[in-house]
Amino acid sequence: MNSPTVVMAQISTKVCITHANGLHARPSVMFTQLAKSFVSIISIADKAQGPWLNAKSIVKVMGLKAPFGAILFIRALGSDAELALKSLSQLVENDFDGDCVMNGGENANPA
Amino acid sequence: MSKVVDLHKKPETARQNVGVVIVSHSPLIARGTADMVWQMVGDRVPLAFCGGNSDGDLGTSVEAIIAAIELAWSDAGVAVLVDLGGAETNSEIAIEMIGEPRSKFILICNAPIVEGAIMAATEASGGATLEAVVATAQELSPQ
Repeated sequence: MNSPTVVMAQISTKVCITHANGLHARPSVMFTQLAKSFVSIISIADKAQGPWLNAKSIVKVMGLKAPFGAILFIRALGSDAELALKSLSQLVENDFDGDCVMNGGENANPA
Repeated sequence: MSKVVDLHKKPETARQNVGVVIVSHSPLIARGTADMVWQMVGDRVPLAFCGGNSDGDLGTSVEAIIAAIELAWSDAGVAVLVDLGGAETNSEIAIEMIGEPRSKFILICNAPIVEGAIMAATEASGGATLEAVVATAQELSPQ
């Protein structure tokens, strides 16, 4: 019997954080929750060469402290990788669905 | 009076996720923390809180903690966030009084109450196991 070999390629994208406070507490929660809704392995980084962090870990995502204007690199591996990248970059591009700007300060933290 | 509050009506799907209980000496901190969880993480996690002793002073009450755990109960288990000393001891007594088999599915997190509650609830909202929820809350503080 021939069992089909499934080859999955890791795909990646990058998106600029335009939310005034960067990837602060509430956006991090939203990002993590969306990432968790996909089966793919999803990682994020603030540099093209990594280090890569688990996008489904709230501690890691919040710990990145990606500020306003930072480029967020996202990569995904799995059956829904394409949709995952599309949805996650949309969330960032849409400023986390208009999540209200809380008091500033967090964007003063360098990543 | 010590207060136990079920912050809001939860959708039925929430019951499949691990519950989160917040136990503070101060009713205001307990309520504020729960409110922050609700606003940041949403309503996909059963959530309850209690704070203050039976005289309405700062403190915790075993009775109130048991009631909060009952409110946030999920078959997936309940993660409890506490502030200082007595909150932890009284939570341990509460869990012991609830008894087996449910007591095996109620764990106290060794984590700061506000940050731990947000982290635990975020993890729980994705359907994670009780162990994963507690580990995420505890990942914040060096063990």
